[in-house]
Amino acid sequence: MISRRDFLQASMAASAIYGASGFGAWGRLAAQQALTQDQLLQFDTFGNVSLIHVTDIHAQMKPIFFREPEINLGVGGNVGQVPHITGADFRKLYGVADGSASHYALSYNDFTALAGTYGKMGGLDRVATVINSIRAERPDALLLDGGDTWHGSYTCYHSEGQDMVNVMNALKPDAMTFHWEFTLGGDRVRDIVADLPFAALGQNIFDSEWNEPTEDFAPYKFFERGGVKIAVIGQAFPYLPIANPRWMFPEYSFGIRDERMQEMVDEVRGMGAELVVVLSHNGFDVDKQMAGRVQGIDVILSGHTHDALPEPVLVGETIIIASGSNGKFVSRVDLDVRDGRMMGFRHKLIPIFSDVIAPDAEVAAVIDAERAPYEAQLSEVIGHTAEDSLLFRRGNFNGSWDDLICDALMSEREADIAMSPGVRWGPSILPGSAITREDIWNVTSMSYGEAYRVEMTGEFIHTVLEDVADNLFNPDPYYQQGGDMVRIGGMGYRIDINQPIGSRISELTLLKTGEKLDPAKTYVVAGWASVNQGTEGPQIWDVVENHIRKLGTVSVTPNTSVQVAGA
Amino acid sequence: MKFTRRDTMLMAGGVAALSALPIRALAAGEEEIAAFTGGAAIAEGGVTLTTPEIAENGNTVPVEVNAPGAVSIMVLALGNPNPGVCTFNFGPLAGAQYGSTRIRLSKTQMVTAIAKMADGSFAQASSEVKVTIGGCGG
Repeated sequence: MISRRDFLQASMAASAIYGASGFGAWGRLAAQQALTQDQLLQFDTFGNVSLIHVTDIHAQMKPIFFREPEINLGVGGNVGQVPHITGADFRKLYGVADGSASHYALSYNDFTALAGTYGKMGGLDRVATVINSIRAERPDALLLDGGDTWHGSYTCYHSEGQDMVNVMNALKPDAMTFHWEFTLGGDRVRDIVADLPFAALGQNIFDSEWNEPTEDFAPYKFFERGGVKIAVIGQAFPYLPIANPRWMFPEYSFGIRDERMQEMVDEVRGMGAELVVVLSHNGFDVDKQMAGRVQGIDVILSGHTHDALPEPVLVGETIIIASGSNGKFVSRVDLDVRDGRMMGFRHKLIPIFSDVIAPDAEVAAVIDAERAPYEAQLSEVIGHTAEDSLLFRRGNFNGSWDDLICDALMSEREADIAMSPGVRWGPSILPGSAITREDIWNVTSMSYGEAYRVEMTGEFIHTVLEDVADNLFNPDPYYQQGGDMVRIGGMGYRIDINQPIGSRISELTLLKTGEKLDPAKTYVVAGWASVNQGTEGPQIWDVVENHIRKLGTVSVTPNTSVQVAGA
Repeated sequence: MKFTRRDTMLMAGGVAALSALPIRALAAGEEEIAAFTGGAAIAEGGVTLTTPEIAENGNTVPVEVNAPGAVSIMVLALGNPNPGVCTFNFGPLAGAQYGSTRIRLSKTQMVTAIAKMADGSFAQASSEVKVTIGGCGG
């Protein structure tokens, strides 16, 4: 959208809004190896309203390693714009010193070495400490959860989300919106929501039969904080019935529905809202586009695409905040709201360095209680990573975790080709580490994990790749679904991301023979996470566990089977 | 809800109509359009067509069209084997020139709505609806 320098100038020039970010401060301190909890939390309270944003925790209650992506390509108007800037370019953009704590937290290079220096990140007991500290300074701060909370771990799967509900309730959020939660099934979601002590929001959650707003989720909720009337509007993930199995929640329809978003903004403004906050699971590029089309939103708290940005992005007079994933970060946004409008902001992306921020004892006890019944299963060591093998997932085309999962599928299911979904959740495992059952579930857990084995023609495989590529690289963000490319094992291909659908993918090659795929020929394909009802096969976590057990020590080599053009 | 929506649309000054894309050469549907317009020129603007960007289910895609002042609105799915979907007709006492239905889309394509206005002029809006296999979520 606009560069950092432009952003600062724009915010000055606009004069309606002025802002500051606390990023530089902790970046410099971290570079001096003098990181303390007080410094991480240091914030000069500003204005009269504080927002606390967490999102895409994916049930990670304990500290984890999580490597940010190397490849995260933008298309259309988002070429070379955040969040599509990674590694050294990202550090240069934000003035991050090489080797600093912020380098480790926000970019991918030298991950293994820096992980040894700076340790794990996240942990909801540490997040609790940060939230408590903000509330000590601003007791009526709003805590807003962007969703993808009740999904993504062994304990979350076995308790059908209850572990995360109990832990999050201990943090006392004020509102939440949704995505993966719906894969628990419509009935289960309604059961949980009925007892939630905070607002469950989604202006775009509709009754699929009548195509009218559902009564199960409110579009917005009003709060009065610091003498300011605040409306928080929820925006659930728009493409749930497409990206996830529609049959699990057939009673709901979603979609971006920006015309209704405009209606809701107008409605809350008409009711006297002085500050309009959208708690969104759209994904960053969709939020940017929506901010340009819907007038009157002050703040978008953005989730879904797992981007961690040290500064807000400004679109018109709307600020967009991206707070990362897996519990690695908490965003604090202080706002000065006067005369019915947002006059300025101060923002800080707070990195949750688990060895620096002390755990909150009360929340730590809740987490331990949720994990206790499963401790033996969680901690069982299944195998180890080799001394040179880091397991990570993020990246547009592949990650070593997915390479391992694809290998497991081809080996255990005797397939020519394997497909693994391009999800963005799942922590990393350092080289020379034990791989526990919990680690495997952290990258595979879901309510539709059956590993299928089917025959597909070369032509159909091509169609699948074209279809998924368009969900990622369509130049109009409203046609993107926010995941990454389906991961492929046993096959290579070339992709030109700037071509239209049907023309991006070429040179499909079966790796074991080196031959081009024959469109008319049939190949055995193993995969998992099918959105089709009635998919049969063993659960993916069992497939991966069996494979790792046989290997003993897991070695991964760089994946060079995808040739990317147009980047 | 219809009244709120219409009021908002009017206030918003056709914000949603900005999604209308330039109409491409209509090999498909040309016949239906010629029969409807009698070959008259078709202007852009004045018609609000609301469709999902990506269909949740290509077999039943909700479509809404709103054209204040129209006497008739024709809806076309240009990529379907049979592009004609429906035509809404409004009498002089109609409180709103608004129609809503569900249509089946065989593949990703443009959906177009053409309104005949009371003065005999024509206006249109189009939007692309993507029909996808889906399956990968962040």
